[in-house]
Amino acid sequence: MNADKVTEKLNILADAAKYDVSCASSGSKRQNHNKGLGNASNGICHSYTEDGRCVSLLKILLTNHCIFDCAYCVSRKSNDIKRAAFTVQEVVDLTINFYRRNYIEGLFLSSGIFKNADYTMERLVLIAKKLRTEHNFNGYIHLKSIPGASDELMREAGLYADRLSVNLEMPTEEGLKLLAPDKNRQDMIDPMNFLKKEIIQNTEEKKLFKKAPMFAPAGQSTQVIIGATQEDDQQILYMANHFYRNYNLKRVYYSGYVPVLSDSRLPALNTTVPMVRENRLYQADWLMRFYGFKVNEIVDSRQPLLDLDIDPKLSWAIRNMQAFPIDINKADLQMILRVPGIGVESANKIVKARNFAKLGWDQLKKIGVAINRARYFITCKSTDFERRDLTGTKIKQFILAESHSKYLKNTQTQLSMF
Amino acid sequence: MTRLFYDGTFEGLLTTVFEIYEHRLAHTKLEKGECYTSAMFEDKIKVITDETRAARVLKGLQQKLSPDGIQRLYIAHMAELDKEDDTLIGFIRYAFDSLMNIEEDFGNKYVLRVSEIVGFMRREKHRMEAFVRFQKLKDGSFYAAIKPDFNVLPLLNRHFKSRYADQKWIIYDIKRSYGLYYDLHDTQFISMEFSSINKPDKVIAAYTEDEGVYQNLWKNYFNSTNIPARKNTKLHVRHIPKRYWKHLPEKI
Ligand code: SF4
Repeated sequence: MNADKVTEKLNILADAAKYDVSCASSGSKRQNHNKGLGNASNGICHSYTEDGRCVSLLKILLTNHCIFDCAYCVSRKSNDIKRAAFTVQEVVDLTINFYRRNYIEGLFLSSGIFKNADYTMERLVLIAKKLRTEHNFNGYIHLKSIPGASDELMREAGLYADRLSVNLEMPTEEGLKLLAPDKNRQDMIDPMNFLKKEIIQNTEEKKLFKKAPMFAPAGQSTQVIIGATQEDDQQILYMANHFYRNYNLKRVYYSGYVPVLSDSRLPALNTTVPMVRENRLYQADWLMRFYGFKVNEIVDSRQPLLDLDIDPKLSWAIRNMQAFPIDINKADLQMILRVPGIGVESANKIVKARNFAKLGWDQLKKIGVAINRARYFITCKSTDFERRDLTGTKIKQFILAESHSKYLKNTQTQLSMF
Repeated sequence: MTRLFYDGTFEGLLTTVFEIYEHRLAHTKLEKGECYTSAMFEDKIKVITDETRAARVLKGLQQKLSPDGIQRLYIAHMAELDKEDDTLIGFIRYAFDSLMNIEEDFGNKYVLRVSEIVGFMRREKHRMEAFVRFQKLKDGSFYAAIKPDFNVLPLLNRHFKSRYADQKWIIYDIKRSYGLYYDLHDTQFISMEFSSINKPDKVIAAYTEDEGVYQNLWKNYFNSTNIPARKNTKLHVRHIPKRYWKHLPEKI
């Protein structure tokens, strides 16, 4: 291996891949078999970049040569940048050697499109195949499906990869037309449909024959870029909801647009990355996936934008004051989950602990409830509770005032959940 | 108030519980180590670890707690937090004195505290699963030095054994001077003699030639994957506290 050459390629091709925010490596149940190398189960972040994102996979492009010209992408054909391409063996060696040192959970391989979709996809599949069959590698493999690749290649990809993803890139078809004229939304949806069917069929086969080969056990995901086009949060979240429901996606990733290129169709180069908005979208996504919220409870035509000041759960609560206060010692888990300041873990602890004795403020605090938020929405074993008939707007003011100084400092850094 | 001194082992802790019930002690304080006589009127007991007694207490606990509950108690004890032995005693007494299984009674201060301590241990275990960095030695085995806040090395066994089944490896806790060694078949605890030049966290002389190459590639990868426009140092440091940096090639 020529260390200098590989280093240069790695720098170029990791840099070009970094705008894909997905780095998840969980959700697969691939075991280590035959005393091979690795397993994929728990999804560990081995490091964190200086921007605070999880580094779990070796995330690279096979090449940044591309025949397409998507406006938002650094690798687009018309962009004057250094181009590079790994050989199949170089990617295999990097993956294995990083994995053996416990740097990574596996490989996330994507690519610019060279020649055509099938030609590109074939190389991605070849790398996964080599890792699995020649190196007995059981770590995590995420392959990007190249839109327009043949069903045959997609099927083969599913046999070796844990996860496959096709990026929708833009929340709507219009957005895509505007910024990626070479791409066509149907070419992205077709492979999603194909994968969904294969995954369902494989699950059925697995029920019948335990030995049936795994097919993309960690499912499929997608990514949309936000803030490059004009879509509002309602459009974005309805889109996400649609894909969760109809394509069984495991995750939708929202990637705040990082201005890298000047183009009249795009936000100016000095625009800041919409990080708070991105965070709110993730919070809304969590509410849909883990907290039992319906998408129209979070955004609708009267409220098409997520509140940037407060998280979407608090925002829902103050719009629905008629649902509160609830008695923490009696309410259903589903309702407790809807209380601002109570997360999934605390909610579960509450419903377990209250079987033994009724809970008061002290205990709730120790269990991990953020009392300064929750107090407006709950009663507990205490005669001390919020008696004023406060409006939602007032509560928002109180909560914001209390966290004001913190909030000011944190607007750019707030990335916690609830 | 009776002060009890024990040897710090889990069996010792269980034996202590036996003594407490045998002597019907209501108020106790548990300490590790030797029993020194100082104040004359204080009650003191030196607990001598006794396997039969410990086993009886464990059997009793098994009737009161789920296997997971006992495992959690064991892990909380492994945290070796000095002032928390009394919490563990409180937890065990509460378990024995209650009719039903109390391990989910998070309104109780002992149960809640044990759950917090187990949380510290789990977090440290996960951090080590993430932050172990193996270095390839000339003999083909992989070596990593760690310095965890808590004694979590025994908890790492299963994860690393099932993951790195085809390479020999050693994970060495340089704070507690012992390691875990996997020889392609099984793991065992070891301790090593380091000469003063070869400090345990710098076994440089024994590296393979390409070790430096891959460390360098990894550093390059780490830097290239960063997006400066999203810089967020606070979040970064919250995820990787500075005390761990010394053992991470990408942060050195
Ligand atoms: S096809 Fe992919 S790599 Fe090529 S320009 Fe479009 S987004 Fe970039």
